[in-house]
Amino acid sequence: MTAVEKRLLEEPKNLNYILTVSIILCILFIWSATTIDLEKMDSSGLMIASNIILGILNPDLNLLFDMTQSGVAYLLIETIAIAFLGTIIGSLLAVPLAFLSASNIVPVPIAYMTKILLIAIRTVPAIVYGLMFIRVTGTGPFAGVLTMSLTSIGMLSKLYVDAIEDLDISVLESMSSIGCTTFEKIRYGIVPQLFAMFLSIMIYRFDMNLRDAAVLGLVGAGGIGAPLIFAMNSYRWQEVGSILIGLVILILIVDVVSNKLRTRLVRG
Amino acid sequence: MYDKIFLPKKITLPNGKIVSEKRTRIPFVIALILISVIVSIEITGFDMELLMDRWDEFFVIIGQMTPPTWEYLPHLWGPLLDTIKMSLLGSLLGAIAAVPAAVLASSNITRNKLIAGISKFLLSILRTLPTLVSALIATFIFGLGTLAGTVAIFLFTLAYVGKLLYEQIENVNMGAFEAIESMGLTKIQAFRYAIVPQILPNYLSTSLFCFEGNVRYAAILGYVGAGGVGLLLNEGIGWRNYPNVGMILLMLIITVFIIENISEHFRKKLN
Repeated sequence: MTAVEKRLLEEPKNLNYILTVSIILCILFIWSATTIDLEKMDSSGLMIASNIILGILNPDLNLLFDMTQSGVAYLLIETIAIAFLGTIIGSLLAVPLAFLSASNIVPVPIAYMTKILLIAIRTVPAIVYGLMFIRVTGTGPFAGVLTMSLTSIGMLSKLYVDAIEDLDISVLESMSSIGCTTFEKIRYGIVPQLFAMFLSIMIYRFDMNLRDAAVLGLVGAGGIGAPLIFAMNSYRWQEVGSILIGLVILILIVDVVSNKLRTRLVRG
Repeated sequence: MYDKIFLPKKITLPNGKIVSEKRTRIPFVIALILISVIVSIEITGFDMELLMDRWDEFFVIIGQMTPPTWEYLPHLWGPLLDTIKMSLLGSLLGAIAAVPAAVLASSNITRNKLIAGISKFLLSILRTLPTLVSALIATFIFGLGTLAGTVAIFLFTLAYVGKLLYEQIENVNMGAFEAIESMGLTKIQAFRYAIVPQILPNYLSTSLFCFEGNVRYAAILGYVGAGGVGLLLNEGIGWRNYPNVGMILLMLIITVFIIENISEHFRKKLN
C-alpha cells in the first residue's frame, strides 16, 4: 500500500451524514415547493415586465434631475438624512445596551435578559415600528428617523458586544500595574480599542439603514419609498425607472465609500 | 490636501533632527459629522419637544397588543408556514444559482475580464435593490402571492451569497487548481477537486446565515402582497386589530429565535 492510498483511507468517512443531510434538504425543498401557485401568473406579467424594463431604459429625466421637494434628488437626500440620523441615534442608544449584555462586564442573568430584549427588538419588522411611530409623530420623515434608531439598536448592540467581549484585558492589567486611575484606563485602554471597531460597525449599519429607509416610505415614514409605490400603482413606469435608477446609484456609491472607509478604519 | 492646509507639527529631536507629526483629523471629522447631523435634523423635521410630549403614544399600541389573542393562533399556522417555505425555497434556489454566478464573476477562474466585470456589476445591482422593492416589482410581474415573495428572496440570496462566494473564490490558493489542470484534467474537474473543498464550509455557512435573515425579511413581504404572514400583519394593522398583531409578532419572534438557534448550531459545526 503506497503512502497516497494510506492517506486516502485515512479520510474521514461521513458519507452517511452527508446523505442524510441531502435527503432532508430534498424533502424540505419539495415541501416548500408546494407553496408556489403558478395559476396567478398570467400574460399581463410579461407585458408589465417589459414595461418596467422600458421605463428603466427611458427614465423620466425631468423627475431625476428635478431639484424641488418632489424630485428624485431631494427624496434621495431625505432618505440619506433619515438613515444618517437614525444610525447616529441608534448607535448612541446601543452603547449602554451593549455593555449591559456583555457577559464579561455584567452578571450573567442581566446579560441574558438584555440579550433576549435585543432579539425581540431585532425581530419586529421595521415597518411595524414605522406604523407605531407614525402614531407618535404623524406621517413624515421624523417617524422614519425614530424607526431607524430603534431597529438599528438590535444589530448594533449585537456587533458591539462581540467587540467588547474581544477586548484585550492584558492592556488594562499592565495599566493598573503602572498605577493608572480608572478614568485613565477607560480613556487610554478601552476607548482606543473599541472606537475604530464601533465606527466601522456604525458605517456598516448606515449602509443597511439606507436600504431600509428606502422601504419605510411604503408606510408613510418619509423617504423615496412612497413615490415609488405611488408610481408603480398608477403604472407610471418611466417615473419608476428614474426612482429605481437614483436609488441603485445612491446605494452603489454609499456601498463603495463605506467599504473603503471601513478597510481604512480596520487597518488603522 | 488636508495636510497642506494644516501644516504638520514640527518636532526637533534632541539630536537636532526635525520630524513632522501630521495634524489629527478628528476635529475635521467631528465638524463634518456635526454639520451632517444639523442638516439631517433640518430635513427630517426632528423635533425633540414633540417626542418628549408624545413618546408615550408609542407604548399605547404595545399596550393594546397585550394580551395577544390566543384564539387567533390556529389561523396563523398556514401563513407562518408559507413564510418559512417561501424563505426556504428562495434561499435554496438562490444559493444554488449563486455558484455559477460566482464562478462567472471571479476573475481568477473566468479569465475573461469583461465577463467577470459584467457579472460582478449585475450582482451588485441586484444586491442594492431592497428586498421589499424587488418583491413589489415581482408582485406586478408574477401576480399577488407566494411566488412573488419567493422570487424576491431568490434574487436577494443569489446576489448576497454570490458576492461573498466570488470573494472567497478569488482568495483561494490557486496552486492546487493549476497543478490539477496541468495534469490534464478539465477546468470543471479542477474546480471540483481543488476549489470546492476550500470554499464549501464557508459557502454553506453563508447560505445558512442568509436563510436566517430571509425568514425575517419574508415576514414583511406580505405587506406588498407577496404572500406569507405579512399579509395578516398588514390586515391587522389596517383594521387596528392590535391584539392580533401582537399574536403575529409573538409567533414571529419565536419562529425567528428557533431558526436562528438551529442555523447557529450548524454554522458553529461548519467552522
